Amino acid sequence: MAEARAAGTAYTPTLLIAAETTIQRERRLPLSGELHVAVGDSVAAEQVVAATALPGRVSAVNLARELNLPPGEVERWLLKRPGDTVEYNEPLAEYKAFFGFFRSQALSPASGTLEAISVVTGQALIRGESIPVELKAYVSGTVAEVQEGEALTIECTCALVQGILGVGGEAYGQLAMLAHRPEETILPTALTPEHGGKIVVAGAHLDWAVLERAREVGVSAVVAGAMRASDLDRLLGAPLGVAITGHEDLGLTVVLTEGFGEIPMAGETFDLLNAHAGQEASLNGATQIRAGVLRPEVIVPLREKTGRETPPPSGRLEVGSRVRVVREPYFGELGTVTALPPQPQVIPTEATVRVLQAKLDNGEEVTVPRANVELIER
Amino acid sequence: MNPEDIRLILATDCGSTTTKAILIERVGGEFRLRLRGEAPTTVEAPYEDVIVGVRNAVTEVEELSGRRILDEQGNIIRPARDAEGVDIYLSTSSAGGGLQVMVMGLVRRMTAESAQRAALGAGAIVMDVLSLDDGWETYERIQRMRQLRPDMLLISGGVDGGEVSRVVEMVELVGAAKPQARLGRQFQLPCIFAGNVQARPLVEEVLQDVAALRIVDNLRPNMDRENLGPSRQAIQEEFLRHVMSHAPGYDRLLAWVDAEVMPTPAAVGKLVQQVADAHQINVLGVDIGGATTDVFSVFDGQFTRTVSANLGMSYSISNVLAEAGLDNILRWLPEEVHPAQLSDQIRNKMLRPTTIPQSPYGLRVEQAVAREALRLALEQHKALATGLKGMRRERVVSFDQQHLGEASLIDMMKLDLLIGSGGVLSHAPRRNQAALMMIDAFEPRGVTRLAVDSIFMMPQLGVLSQVHPQAAEQVFWRDCLIPLGTCLAPAGTPRAGQAALTLEMKEQTLPVAAGEIQLVPLAEGEKRQVTLHPGRGLDVGEGPGKSRTAEIEGGVTGLVLDGRGRPLVHPAPADRAPTLTRWFGEMGMYPGEEVGNRG
Repeated sequence: MAEARAAGTAYTPTLLIAAETTIQRERRLPLSGELHVAVGDSVAAEQVVAATALPGRVSAVNLARELNLPPGEVERWLLKRPGDTVEYNEPLAEYKAFFGFFRSQALSPASGTLEAISVVTGQALIRGESIPVELKAYVSGTVAEVQEGEALTIECTCALVQGILGVGGEAYGQLAMLAHRPEETILPTALTPEHGGKIVVAGAHLDWAVLERAREVGVSAVVAGAMRASDLDRLLGAPLGVAITGHEDLGLTVVLTEGFGEIPMAGETFDLLNAHAGQEASLNGATQIRAGVLRPEVIVPLREKTGRETPPPSGRLEVGSRVRVVREPYFGELGTVTALPPQPQVIPTEATVRVLQAKLDNGEEVTVPRANVELIER
Repeated sequence: MNPEDIRLILATDCGSTTTKAILIERVGGEFRLRLRGEAPTTVEAPYEDVIVGVRNAVTEVEELSGRRILDEQGNIIRPARDAEGVDIYLSTSSAGGGLQVMVMGLVRRMTAESAQRAALGAGAIVMDVLSLDDGWETYERIQRMRQLRPDMLLISGGVDGGEVSRVVEMVELVGAAKPQARLGRQFQLPCIFAGNVQARPLVEEVLQDVAALRIVDNLRPNMDRENLGPSRQAIQEEFLRHVMSHAPGYDRLLAWVDAEVMPTPAAVGKLVQQVADAHQINVLGVDIGGATTDVFSVFDGQFTRTVSANLGMSYSISNVLAEAGLDNILRWLPEEVHPAQLSDQIRNKMLRPTTIPQSPYGLRVEQAVAREALRLALEQHKALATGLKGMRRERVVSFDQQHLGEASLIDMMKLDLLIGSGGVLSHAPRRNQAALMMIDAFEPRGVTRLAVDSIFMMPQLGVLSQVHPQAAEQVFWRDCLIPLGTCLAPAGTPRAGQAALTLEMKEQTLPVAAGEIQLVPLAEGEKRQVTLHPGRGLDVGEGPGKSRTAEIEGGVTGLVLDGRGRPLVHPAPADRAPTLTRWFGEMGMYPGEEVGNRG
């Protein structure tokens, strides 16, 4: 049991790359609202399946202060009552004295509905018009479950690729392969207006010129192995501090499958995307690398199911396991585990850690910390 | 159970990633750490039950000790009998994101800041501070309250007897926002009001249908006094009652423990306070984690805790880079590094937070980032550990909230003990690396003892100190702290070519040149009477140029004579490689000839 636990903590959980898997995605309204579909309904990715209205912005004005009166006296001079509709700059209250010679007004800071007036403080709260929110299905599939007025779950059998980091939110489009090999870096000229609205796969390295061109032609999303951190900062307009993303408004969504630098896309990831070139896909850049980890994903709903689903990752590291090293000095190298010494060993930093020995695909025999590899299970 | 009957103590700390269990045993009248076990925390899917991780960690303790602690049903056997069971079981917790509190006050630098100190001292992560002068529009404040979904809201505002309407005005915004609690959608958000007593009935009226309101004594009863105790107590009680009881598996954890579960940082703070009080010393403690860095201090009896929520060594490592800037990381690296590659490398650690450096160069990069994370965390701590702002002073008719009483309580010349904790310090392959990282980041002045928490058991000892202070104190000094030694550093800018400091110790006279660092071995447990003679214009605590005698203690590192100046004078970029190589070489930081080699 101790061995299993130790192994379980020894490596980064594998990113999921599945040729066929059934997933469920919950679609939850930010506030109670209306669902437009029922259990069993087939839905398309971009179909609106639920809607609600978010309460409008609240603005405040202190009528007592505006009129220079004690809060308790405000009531007498009100022109509008809670529940009334008000316009921007419309008088909410007016104080008159000395037969109207002295007059002061309190104006509404916003258009909306007068929600409340406090007799204690004289504060008036005006709520602006409610904001409609429409929720798309995100993935094409079948409604598996509904929580009336709140949420629904859509089930979909699909090919699934999880990335390591994304920016930008949900996106849709046809998959277009720009790179022909996982290690290929494409040029901006590879992008043409025909790629507008599509999800393009750019191979190894995504450079700034390609990103600019992708935005120019209206690409929906780009999937690539890696990019320079400085280019990502440029795209975001500020350095990315913490990997909690998905709400950026960038004009396109970017999903990286490997990380920062110049790293070829993993062969299996590339091959799977390539196998579905031309098909409609859904994609989400939202990432959260914290407790409750969330990775970006590319989902291609399958038209025909084989029923042979990719098994979930076992997480077991064994002699013969295929691994990828995810830390220098062997970052990005693929190899096969040749030994799993049970006792912790001293590595060149002088730290004593659990290691594995592997034969890299370039023939080199190396020892690496178990914490620095990812399993390739398929 | 009477404290004198306690022989075996089991304590766990349920962290956000790992649950750590320690077993403490009384042997010959003295409590000692016997061993520890750990397992991944299981608050999240697929387990969603904290008890699974606790049992796994305890199982490891069982396997290592040969002592049976869990019965057939998986419950902890109590009291201890022969070869099974323990006498008491205690726990702390920061799993599931810890305790997340949103704070409100009238004026940002006065009541809101006091409320922030109260929440941090209770072990909370402060998600946001709202005040009437925060610069947000009303709708933005309401949006923040709705979006952030805190575990709890702490509202301060107004001195007792002061104006009521502004406080109520602010509370009315809470009424309009109707914020929801993070856990337990069907429950009302716990809300603590610790403001003007006169406002209480009105606050009750506004919030009665919106939040689970609790009223405690004003945390700022007047401008000259802070009263944070009742708020801290209430936050911790509400943490147990509302937050923990809604987290998966915690109902059983709460039933298991023999003393209330404490938020992890609150337990660490408790311990730091006890150490400072018991020995009448000024203490600074730091815990640098993957996502956050906590700093605790007790100066002249006043306790302060801060959390730098986005300074950490894995999840937040990119933010350290963003806040410190690449040049400040590069200044700690002796090798020629391509800046863009270094930036990519640091960012990749954020993407794969559990990886570890394999090469000495990789280790130096992490330790360079750690110095900057620690430095920034201390800066943030200094900004909050201040006297009360807005205090009236005699002969000052009106008060000026910007300029009075803002001096930081943190005076590095008065610091007696600096304790480092967290992976990058506790697990540094060489203890000297931890010592120099702390010295470089915190720049202690005068005479300062240095220590690291060996395996980060301060949380468990903090909660233990509530029920058995003697056991906590014994284990803390004997097994938890590893004394590194003492840093001797004059403040001021040393003159090139002259001695920055001369140390007289027994028959030895040890000068350290300006801009240099020198390591003098002095073993753990050894003490020396020494005299420090600072260079001209430099200060070791007695004033510029004045000598000082002190008793100093050794440790696994020894004595570090630091002549590099305070503030520390960094070498020009062209001199960086040879200077850092010399400093690192003197401190015995890295194996062999590795410095300068990126292999």
